[in-house]
Amino acid sequence: MIRTYIKVWAALLGLLALTVGAAYVPLGPFNTITAMSIAVTKAVIIALYFMHLRYSPRLTWVFAGAGFFWLLLLFTLALSDYATRRYMPPPTVWLP
Amino acid sequence: METLAHQFDDVEQQREASTLGMWIFLATEVLFFGGMLLAYSVYRTLYFSAFAEASRDLDIVLGSVNTAVLLCSSLTMAMAVYQAERGNVKRLVRFIGLTMLLGTIFLAIKFYEYYEKYKEGLIPGAHFTWHGSDADHASLFFIAYFILTGMHALHMIVGLGLMSVLAILAWKGRFTPAYYTPVELGGLYWHFVDVVWVFLFPLLYLVHRSS
Repeated sequence: MIRTYIKVWAALLGLLALTVGAAYVPLGPFNTITAMSIAVTKAVIIALYFMHLRYSPRLTWVFAGAGFFWLLLLFTLALSDYATRRYMPPPTVWLP
Repeated sequence: METLAHQFDDVEQQREASTLGMWIFLATEVLFFGGMLLAYSVYRTLYFSAFAEASRDLDIVLGSVNTAVLLCSSLTMAMAVYQAERGNVKRLVRFIGLTMLLGTIFLAIKFYEYYEKYKEGLIPGAHFTWHGSDADHASLFFIAYFILTGMHALHMIVGLGLMSVLAILAWKGRFTPAYYTPVELGGLYWHFVDVVWVFLFPLLYLVHRSS
């Protein structure tokens, strides 16, 4: 178990170095995508090993997944508005 | 050590209920930070160049070191729970102490960064001084920066409070391999605050560094 924790910790520090390094490589919009993918990977590793999700009953998975699910709803619904305003501007009669 | 409340069948079920309760609380915390992160994401997309310029003003070295400090504190927290599981009270107290030390180092570095920003005149408000163009939206970035990192720092301070209570209880011998639920739940909280920072760091410090 201690060995697993040390490995997880080393992986997290490695991913930190990777995300800082990748930020200096010009990738355009992929800089943000790369940074977020690495952050999600780190979060999943922390949840699975440090927060013991991997060894927890499935019911705990459901509760942990619920937080993520509602976050996804929040972002999807809000951003589906902001991201499409360029293509579907509000009717001019609505504007002041 | 652990008294069984009458609504539970056994200690195992009681422990699982505690863990589930903690995860529900963490889900509300996800949405608490999620709302702020959503607002930040929208403004960051709308005023990308101003946010990129303002983000480059943050100290990447201090930010990275702080991320590493927090990841180390998560390791020591995981070790504390591991020792609690095995009933090594001395080591449990030692690892909680180490976690608190790393948490304090994180806060010290964070507040030093705030002080640097104060000296540079980057506190949003009447005295906000911006060297670039689009001072209004650079100011918006710093509002987001101070609110997001400030709320995170507040969670760290709460975490330190929880850790000191756990350390005292552990020292008094309240935790045994049969009952260490508070240590386990304190650990969940501490790791969650770490996860929040894992997202804040790239979102705030690494907006657009490659130019």
